[in-house]
Amino acid sequence: MFKDLFHKRKYATVPSERERGDQQERPKRDIPEGLMNKCPKCATIQFSKELDKNHKVCPSCGHHFRLSAWERIGMTLDDGRLSEFDRDMISEDPLEFPGYASKLEAQKKSSGLRDAVVTGEGAIGGFPVVVAIMSFDFFSGSMGSVVGEKITRAIEQARLRKLPMLIFSTSGGARMQESILSLMQMAKTSAALAKFQSEGGLYISVMTDPTTGGVTASFASLGDYNLAEPGALIGFAGRIVIEQTIRQKLPDNFQTSEFNLQHGQLDRVVHRKDMKSTLTRLLDMHAVKEETGHGG
Amino acid sequence: MAGELPFEKPLGDLRRKIEELKGLSQGKGIDFSDEIARLEARCRQLEEELYSELGAAEKMHLARHHQRPTSLDFIQAIFTDFLELHGDRLFADDLAIVGGLAKLNGMPVTVIGHQRGKDTKDNIARFFGSPHPEGFRKALRLMQQADKFRRPIITFIDTKGAYPGNTAEERGQSEAIARNLREMALLGVPVICVVIGEGGSGGALALGVGNRVLMLENAIYSVISPNGAASILWKDASKADQAAEAMKITAKDLLSFGIIEEVVPEPQGGAHRDYEQQAESIKEAVWRHLQELLAMSAEELVEDRYMKFRKIGRFAFAAEAGSEQPDGALEAPEAAGLPAEAGAEPAAPGDASPAAESARVH
Repeated sequence: MFKDLFHKRKYATVPSERERGDQQERPKRDIPEGLMNKCPKCATIQFSKELDKNHKVCPSCGHHFRLSAWERIGMTLDDGRLSEFDRDMISEDPLEFPGYASKLEAQKKSSGLRDAVVTGEGAIGGFPVVVAIMSFDFFSGSMGSVVGEKITRAIEQARLRKLPMLIFSTSGGARMQESILSLMQMAKTSAALAKFQSEGGLYISVMTDPTTGGVTASFASLGDYNLAEPGALIGFAGRIVIEQTIRQKLPDNFQTSEFNLQHGQLDRVVHRKDMKSTLTRLLDMHAVKEETGHGG
Repeated sequence: MAGELPFEKPLGDLRRKIEELKGLSQGKGIDFSDEIARLEARCRQLEEELYSELGAAEKMHLARHHQRPTSLDFIQAIFTDFLELHGDRLFADDLAIVGGLAKLNGMPVTVIGHQRGKDTKDNIARFFGSPHPEGFRKALRLMQQADKFRRPIITFIDTKGAYPGNTAEERGQSEAIARNLREMALLGVPVICVVIGEGGSGGALALGVGNRVLMLENAIYSVISPNGAASILWKDASKADQAAEAMKITAKDLLSFGIIEEVVPEPQGGAHRDYEQQAESIKEAVWRHLQELLAMSAEELVEDRYMKFRKIGRFAFAAEAGSEQPDGALEAPEAAGLPAEAGAEPAAPGDASPAAESARVH
């Protein structure tokens, strides 16, 4: 009964006068770059200002737009203030890997960052914390020596200052261009957490879209509390690789935050508008007896 | 020459020629001994040339050789009284990882390794040596048991990587690997890891947080398989050989980066040419390192392992143009266009000490 609906049209389409007409003659509507924004999930077009007011969450479908490290800092830390650590640390090209050095320079220019993580001390709801905030816009948030070192140093600072540690992760995984050195950052960061956590340190991990590969398989999964933003892609292996391995299509929700919650991998999925208050509540729960540990 | 690799073909051709001549001289009674002696000399010369300067790609093929000895081969040859133990106590027994108790020169140890299959059927049962979370959890259970009973731990690394499947993801592949990395850092007993074949990414590292990491001469260890890297970099998985060279994955490379402590030599032509000889050289190296580690206390072992991994990484410091703090700024700091080389120096391991740290913090 729906046959007709899908019938091929039996006529040719002729471009309308307007489509054929000279582009120059038509007055181009003057929309400044960046004024409007289209949701990649539901395609709703909205004013960027409205989107910013809504924590960069699509008002119609709830899609959480990816945030750069400094956007996240502005949204999460008290007064958006961060006393930054190791601000000038930059990557080297230890393997002299083809194309790596020039790609690093291009990433610095396009993102305005020096590498894929910003670390430092700030406060949330009045509680001082050491934070590490990853940025997907630098080299897909990949972890090379600099990301591993900065995160390790931040954890060591949290241990020294007896402060809680908070990491917002987003990453395509380990940085291939530093090969084995990238892989070893997984062990280095996890070992730093081992020291910190075994001495009573509090570590909260928040996974954001996307958190994959070597980052998920190291510090991102090791929180005393593992939180995630809704709809984030969180997993170890990539979807295409898995589909090739099992020779099956995977469900749409595969490796989403909700999927991970359902399979027991997360404590909570937290909407961005509730993130700061949830973190504050968690920090407050650990701030009862200051003298007993790293509670803050 | 059984299990001949493409790069070994000239050598195989020569050997076949020699066999042919030998057969001829026996069958027909013609004396080819001069010719045979000449060819055998050339054969030895060719062997020398072929195996003395193997490239990363050739080593990768040797590391993946289907006749290459597996963890169980080495466990049988190096240890006595091996008693295999099974299961993670949570979900299942993953055959991609084997482990248990054994004696090394009479000393009780815990031994764990990735296990590839010997044939297709065995490989299917063992997921080609790619563990699920239950495999990593079994390994951790055995390691923590070893810690409790003060037994040294020896691990054999030989995997293409953790199993990339939906079931593995559902059961927490990332968490299982991450937990192993963290908990291995806290073990108060000597941990010695030997990369015997392919060390593939997180799945390899999950057995690899040791006080000492040794590697067989032709073994490889990398963050992503050369095939995977080639398909990402050049959209062409068949350029794996090229990627293998670029990624610096050989034992020699890793020794130069300070990732491993020792390269264990292989018999000429690779470990599969002589299982016994290979097992013997591994045993000697493991035993030697173990003697050093046995002299340390539990705390010293934890600290020794921490420092081994703590110092890994290469980075530099950009010259600071203006140290304005982007207080409350939503914009990114002005980092673009800074000369990366200026003032860059590789951080010495000592720089990483927490004491030096506080001075760095703005």
